[in-house]
Amino acid sequence: MTGRSHRFGLSPRFEKISEVQHKGIRAGRISREVLPYLLSLPALLVCIGILIPFGTAIWYSLQRYRLSQPWNRGMNWGENYLNFLSEPDFWNTLQVSLVYAGLTVVLELLLGLGIALLLRRRTRLNNFISVILLMPLMTAPVLAALMFKLMTNPNFGILSYFMQLAGFEDFRWGSDPSTALFTVILVDIWVYTPFMMILLLAGLRSLPPQPFEAAALDGVPRWQQFWRITLPMLMPYVLTASLFRLLDSIQQFDIIYALTQGGPGDTLMVFQVEAYLNFFQSTNIGRSAALLIILWAITFVLSNMFVKNWLRLRERARGEI
Amino acid sequence: MQHQSVLENWLRGIALALIVLFFMFPIFWILLMSLQTNETILRSPPSMVFSPTLSNYQAIFAGRLDSNAASLDIRFLGNLWNSIILSVGSVGVALLFGVPAAYAFARYKFRGSEDIAFTLLSFRFAPPLLVLLPLTSYFQTLGIADTYFGLIWVYQLICLPLILWIVRGYFEDIPADVEHAYRIAGHGWFATFRNIALPLARPGIAAAGLLAFIFAWNNFIFALVLASADKQPVTVGALAFVTASGIQYGQIAAAVVLSIAPTLALALYAQRYLVEGLSLGAVKG
Repeated sequence: MTGRSHRFGLSPRFEKISEVQHKGIRAGRISREVLPYLLSLPALLVCIGILIPFGTAIWYSLQRYRLSQPWNRGMNWGENYLNFLSEPDFWNTLQVSLVYAGLTVVLELLLGLGIALLLRRRTRLNNFISVILLMPLMTAPVLAALMFKLMTNPNFGILSYFMQLAGFEDFRWGSDPSTALFTVILVDIWVYTPFMMILLLAGLRSLPPQPFEAAALDGVPRWQQFWRITLPMLMPYVLTASLFRLLDSIQQFDIIYALTQGGPGDTLMVFQVEAYLNFFQSTNIGRSAALLIILWAITFVLSNMFVKNWLRLRERARGEI
Repeated sequence: MQHQSVLENWLRGIALALIVLFFMFPIFWILLMSLQTNETILRSPPSMVFSPTLSNYQAIFAGRLDSNAASLDIRFLGNLWNSIILSVGSVGVALLFGVPAAYAFARYKFRGSEDIAFTLLSFRFAPPLLVLLPLTSYFQTLGIADTYFGLIWVYQLICLPLILWIVRGYFEDIPADVEHAYRIAGHGWFATFRNIALPLARPGIAAAGLLAFIFAWNNFIFALVLASADKQPVTVGALAFVTASGIQYGQIAAAVVLSIAPTLALALYAQRYLVEGLSLGAVKG
């Protein structure tokens, strides 16, 4: 190849070199067909290595497969899935996952949008605040859960103390079924609201100023500007950020596992926690895999919606350079 | 927008102060806890007045905690070391594989290129346990259950899509004409890639690498399922530490501080790129 030929670019053997170059270009044309595949091959191999376990999971999900009963293993086709229909545990899992994902995304969207609107103007203070608000987002969710576990400890936790001051003598946070959901959602909000905030802030700041100037000239009240101009123009960003969060949130594992392991009871048995415990504790491999396939089906639909929005937005961001 | 009343400015200031308080308080409080002995932590009511001590950090770095009751081995430093190896290794591999692929996807529209790129992206959104649970038995069979290699490979699920899609955007931003001109001057594709494309995309590569590092570091579930005890990163180690250390709350706090410090520092350092990276290039910061 002609990789190093430029070093000889001014050499007296110019004609010979140019012949080499000519060959090189021809060789380049041949490899043009193969080159992109060669370049992406290693990434592809990694991919394939990951697709195999995915196939295995589908296969497991069609089996009667408990580690405690190896003699009983065999294909039962759709039975694991059919069982779900009549199984309260499954409906509980579905419900808890949807409620968790729905609540976190809506609350984080409202809070994130509010903060983004407050920080909209590019002042030094606003930029500083938006930078330090990144810190929760960069904290590992499982460590964030641990931090809140320390802060909600009944003996010395500062949050438990605040609750006492507020008149809730025995507020048990994650260990009480009635407040467990609130506690994990609080941690989720702490970690992920900054994500919504920075995406919406970037969106807000990239909106063209003309409509707002015109509205200000016409004396349009500001709340009306928000509903009629800001929000509609921001909608693609809101949609992309929300779908992104929804995809993550419906699969939440770290925060819930670290705080309560799905408990107390089955109050927080979301899909991945339930599947994890099914696999490692009750060793019901078939059921665990079937649960994950259902979760995968949900995320597949969501991710297609997300990708469509994301591509449109990405195109726009790329075009703005 | 100029006619803001004094009242409005006050309300805005109070709202911002509350927001900063809510998001910064946990980090601040855990930092304070890590500088206290168990006695001062357990005081009631909690107070911010105490004489700070580094004994918790000393115990972690010394690897053992001696109290009057017993002495306790602390393996947390090993967890930190594992986190560094796993994150650096994963990002290295992801860059090695991802950057050429990103270049191929940006420059050559070949058959199936979009399909492959989207398949890689879809890994980002699939439930991780779906892949991890079957992998436990494969790892046993392949004999890589106890190795960094196996974990680094699986970490590509996080790192590779991120690097591929962010770096691809940066390559697409380089005008193709620049590369064409260099090619016409007689240089091969590799020289063009190395001398033109790579340097121009360097900020993107650096940003994607840093972000991938942060996500690899913060990952919990992969290592929880697949890592043997001596290969566990801080995320898994910190959780195990809670049960192991019993009631040594100051040390748990110190372990948390040590675990989150690297990613927070990196995030603040690279904040310019974070917005674009987090949205996989959909939003410009």
